[in-house]
Amino acid sequence: MKFTDQPIISMNDFSREMIDHILTTAEKMEPIALGKQKSDLLSGKILAVLFFEPSTRTRMSFETAMFRLGGDILSLGSVDASSIAKGETLADTIRVVNGYADAIVLRHPKEGAAHLASEFSSVPILNAGDGAGHHPTQTLLDLYTIKRESHLEDLKIALAGDLKYGRTVHSLCYALSLYGAQITLISPRELSMPEEIVSDIVTRGAKINEVEYIDDAIKDVDVLYMTRIQKERFPDPAEYHKVANKLKITTDSLKNVKKELKIMHPLPRVNEIDTTIDQTSHACYFKQAFYGVPVRMALLGMVMGAIE
Amino acid sequence: MNDVEKELRVRRIENGTVIDHITAGKALSVLKILGLPDSSQGVVSVLINSQGKYGKKDVVKVENRELKVEEVDRIALIAPNATINIIRNFNVTRKNRVHIPSFVEGIVRCINPNCISNSNEPISSKFAVDTENINLKLRCYYCGRVISEDIDKNLL
Repeated sequence: MKFTDQPIISMNDFSREMIDHILTTAEKMEPIALGKQKSDLLSGKILAVLFFEPSTRTRMSFETAMFRLGGDILSLGSVDASSIAKGETLADTIRVVNGYADAIVLRHPKEGAAHLASEFSSVPILNAGDGAGHHPTQTLLDLYTIKRESHLEDLKIALAGDLKYGRTVHSLCYALSLYGAQITLISPRELSMPEEIVSDIVTRGAKINEVEYIDDAIKDVDVLYMTRIQKERFPDPAEYHKVANKLKITTDSLKNVKKELKIMHPLPRVNEIDTTIDQTSHACYFKQAFYGVPVRMALLGMVMGAIE
Repeated sequence: MNDVEKELRVRRIENGTVIDHITAGKALSVLKILGLPDSSQGVVSVLINSQGKYGKKDVVKVENRELKVEEVDRIALIAPNATINIIRNFNVTRKNRVHIPSFVEGIVRCINPNCISNSNEPISSKFAVDTENINLKLRCYYCGRVISEDIDKNLL
């Protein structure tokens, strides 16, 4: 399967076969990601890192992935100090930068920015988040985490938190529908998943069950995927605290769960996962953050033509 | 109404194009999409709420210019039942129905204010047209937002 020069824009562009191939390749990258093996797979290659919005994990894991494969990175640095502050269009920035690098990873506040960038670039674009749009490498690392720490076949998963605005959970649900997962959606009514997305996911093969409280909903699941509830979604702070407290898990919430249950979170967390859970075998979120490295190594190697 | 009165309202044209069966009330939007009258040297006449066999309709007559089918297909987004009649010497020489295109560019504005196509980038808006349902749906090529109603309110 060839990914050379293919832009990575949205999970909608991936078939299950393509996803499986990326996850298998990522697994081979793990010893290199852990520093146990050395690699010069991308030696002489340059990745331009254009982040128009702040990011910690995504940016650092892309940079680490490149370094671990012997490649170099070229960073935009601060937007304020660049030509963008002078009013340069994204199209022009891309046309310039694609002459300096072998691939471009882009995070931008506007939806569709990665699509536009790929129109103006002769090197592959990797979308690292475009506004409320897509963030495919996050979904791929989520899938990889599920594969490594649990299983993608016959998966029972619960997603809790802000399911209305959270692009991570929408995209993950679409991808999981390719695997016929049983999905339980846990959220207060005001933050429930948009109806059209739910019906789309069901059409694609997933089974969906919607509830408002965590309680018994996580008794039988293999994976619990928590997300942060953003304070700014609530005009009334009291209402925010009421909702946030309903969707908070502590070790008490885990009394009746499966021994193998894994808890994931895209991070940063606020207080939805009590820190006492970090010590349990259920906690998987820091490993999940690490898994971003082998997944991004696989993608970089593939789009730059170093591996198939 | 007698024939004379009809004649007074909008007269027959000798040469040009008659776009008939436009959804009632949409004629001005049709002109906007086709860039008329700027793109035409001749007289353009518009009939709004004309009584037709199947109820009210709008009609646009463009004198001395034969519009191409592909050109007029763009109006199918707002007038899916329209017909294009090419007139030569007062006779209809060719009659076609508009076809709903599968992709449209530079006609409609994306309703997502945060879409990259609504910024100062050197691109035109692009939409994939979904005709599977009775209601036409446009999906933005850039951000994926779907427009399913009031398409004519979002014309560029």
